[in-house]
Amino acid sequence: MAEVFAEDRQLSGASLDDRRVEALSSGRERGAGIRVVVGETTGFAHTADLSEAGLLEAAEAAAAVAREGGGGVRTVALPALASRHPYRQRAEILPADVSKERKLDLLARADDVARAAGHQITQVQVGYGDSRRRVLVASTDGVLAEDDQVRTRLHVSCVATGDTGMQTGSESVARTIGFELFERVDVDQIAGAAARRALAKLSARPAPSGEVPVVLAGGSGGILFHEACGHGLEADHIVKDASVYVGRVGELVASPLVTLVDDGTIAGEWGNVAVDDEGRPAARNVLIDHGVLTDYMWDWLRARKEGRHSSGNGRRQSYQHLPMVRMTNTFLLEGADDPAEIVAQTPDGVYVAKLGGGAVNTVTGDFVFGMTEAYLIENGRITEPLRDANLIGNGPEVLRRIDAVAGDFQMTSGSCGKDGQTVPVGCGQPTLRITGVTVGGTAA
Amino acid sequence: MSELVDLAQSVVDRARPGEAVEAYVARGHDTEVRAYGGEIEQLATASSAGIGVRVVLQGGEHEGNRVGFAWAGSLDPDVVDATLEDARELAAYATPDPHVALAEPDGVAPAELDLWDPAYSAASTDDKVTMAIELERMVRGADPRIRQVDSADYGDASVEVALLSTTGIRAVTRRTAAYVSVSAIAGDGDESHSGTGFSVGRSASALDLERAGRDAVRRAVRLLGAGKARSGRVTVVFDPRVASTLVSVVSSALSGEAVVKGRSFFAGRVGEEVASAGVTLVDDPTDPRAYGAAAFDGEGLACRRNVLIDDGVLTGFVYDTVSARRAGTVSTGSAVRGGFAGVPGAGCRAIVLSPGALDEAAIVAAVGDGVYVQSVTGVHSGVNPVSGDFSVGAEGLMIRTGELAEPVREVTVASTLQRMLRSVLYVGGDVEWLPGAAAGQTLAIGDVQLSGR
Repeated sequence: MAEVFAEDRQLSGASLDDRRVEALSSGRERGAGIRVVVGETTGFAHTADLSEAGLLEAAEAAAAVAREGGGGVRTVALPALASRHPYRQRAEILPADVSKERKLDLLARADDVARAAGHQITQVQVGYGDSRRRVLVASTDGVLAEDDQVRTRLHVSCVATGDTGMQTGSESVARTIGFELFERVDVDQIAGAAARRALAKLSARPAPSGEVPVVLAGGSGGILFHEACGHGLEADHIVKDASVYVGRVGELVASPLVTLVDDGTIAGEWGNVAVDDEGRPAARNVLIDHGVLTDYMWDWLRARKEGRHSSGNGRRQSYQHLPMVRMTNTFLLEGADDPAEIVAQTPDGVYVAKLGGGAVNTVTGDFVFGMTEAYLIENGRITEPLRDANLIGNGPEVLRRIDAVAGDFQMTSGSCGKDGQTVPVGCGQPTLRITGVTVGGTAA
Repeated sequence: MSELVDLAQSVVDRARPGEAVEAYVARGHDTEVRAYGGEIEQLATASSAGIGVRVVLQGGEHEGNRVGFAWAGSLDPDVVDATLEDARELAAYATPDPHVALAEPDGVAPAELDLWDPAYSAASTDDKVTMAIELERMVRGADPRIRQVDSADYGDASVEVALLSTTGIRAVTRRTAAYVSVSAIAGDGDESHSGTGFSVGRSASALDLERAGRDAVRRAVRLLGAGKARSGRVTVVFDPRVASTLVSVVSSALSGEAVVKGRSFFAGRVGEEVASAGVTLVDDPTDPRAYGAAAFDGEGLACRRNVLIDDGVLTGFVYDTVSARRAGTVSTGSAVRGGFAGVPGAGCRAIVLSPGALDEAAIVAAVGDGVYVQSVTGVHSGVNPVSGDFSVGAEGLMIRTGELAEPVREVTVASTLQRMLRSVLYVGGDVEWLPGAAAGQTLAIGDVQLSGR
């Protein structure tokens, strides 16, 4: 199999920090990655030179690695490109068409709102970024596909200073849409949330140390499932026997309240694509159905070994990278419980309103996820704010300990790093409770 | 090299009156091989090049300067022209600021460093493939409990950079680097653990495969049988890799940029005792042993040795040009930037704790009871360099009566960076020049909260 992945990417950004617009920036990148797969071996070369000579040189380099037997020319019929991708998301307002003044107004507004939240807000940083990524994939398998991905994001991060030192709070919004993002979300709310988090933590006490019941708020990050099982369900870990979920399809691996889906087709979400970076259409894949493991996520290379189709999860950071199995938008479906009731029925524990990042060791299933806004639950009521800490758990164990799932589903955006490559992903979940997970605070 | 310099010069020469222009031009080659099952799983080779341009529009004495930045992953003349134009256009939108400026030569001579290993180009593709396959074979055969090697990689890279500006900066450098890394999985019944090992150098011939392999195997195998430990206050002993991570996080609070923007818990504390007596922290990119060794910083000033903590007392911060001007001081030659697509900021590149006298075994013996931590996770999610809150997932071994004992997993260790610095019990003499901006050595810290059962 030989494949050409061509990409043209343009980025623009602006940052306001310490009350100043520091610098606007722009970047552009264009090139092609050529992959040749023979047997179990993949050869790969990339080039920024898109002339025929440049492409041939890269192709020679990629083929040299994988070559078994003669080279030669093979003619491949490729279908005409058609707009046959139903999930293709088109930006309504291309960020490149928006004036810089308008983008800077957003930054200034966010700065004003955050600083107005309290005199203890001592620093505010606001980052805006947009990107347009056009890709084209053609392969000897007969794949010919293209996508045009426009992404827009805003991030606000605040420092609050009080008697106990400094605390931070942040909030961001990121979607696979154009500048219409700011017609759909309220910048004031984003800036306000970031400031409120920093201010709340000024009076925070150290987080508990040890295993306690934890209630995760809807939309607090959804990173739980991304780490607790998402990575472990990526077929590259599975085929190498490097995941705790190997050989467990058909088994009950989670509480029956858990139905987990990875879905690249959800228009506008951060992990949304029309086709993945191997040219396969994005798809909705049910990974866990009422607690039963139904399938893993697949790219072309790993699916081929098993004689099956890709699930549309072959992604790469850029033309300079090989594709591998990646999540798109991963989320837990809604349950029937009432979020307020879940808290009321938790005598003591921790309520996590906002999660930061996380990480997992797929071999053991042990994972961590950080809480950046959290409160104690005492006698069924949310009480004092807590300082930042990581939580640690074992994926399969934590999935079994989910005993309540509410109906207040919300998606969030994140950056997922794997093997040196970063891709945008969405995460979602309603409010839920874990009967016991280890909170890594300092309170004895 | 000379084409890169010529190209950078041609951009700088196009500065208009009232403008200062900086061009950062880089070109690199790299190879990555992954072996699996005794075969090449993947082999990637590539060349890349790009340019980053900063344009500073100089205002009058009371108006302030404005900077714009643009980059491109290509050195085609049309693209370079457009990049300069973009930077120029973007500069007009920045807030005027008298502290914004490009670096100016400060008379400090760059260190003579030989970071280009001629042996780099001597290794053939076959040699590189052989190393990855050999590393995998070595690890698979090292111990019957190793049931999988999920990756065994060889990689190398060379990069050449020309950084020129209208302010008289001219920094031309080149460097090579090579590494091997391996991830091993040890199994016993239903239980599995992973361990990684690596070796870095300036060329393939400098790599120690056996050491990388041995490290991966030892780290995976010794975790078999691991369980959660009971929560409580403990003394932790960090292995060099973990200590390097900790030092690296601390160094972000020593960035002059974080200080002037009110994001460092060290701000305003120069001259105060911030760490245990005996703790000395130095950033010295002129030390050729350091992975981040460099003659020039990210703005083209000579890198130099900066003492940041001296015997427990905070002595200073690292500055780039802009943060130094804002702080009323001068650059310490500490601008760091992420290649042609990044803008400079202030940071450390070769930070190290001055070594103590003891090795790992002696420190473990001296600690008596505690936890030996061989790896941590969630540093990005559980360590806040602004507040100092520190909470990370940890794996390692219990320390009982002065010796390494049973393995432990799924626990966290937590404190604050401020308290940890003041609770340093022993700094090891076993410095390892690890990849990244910080070296590491065995490090014992008291009064840390372990969370487990």
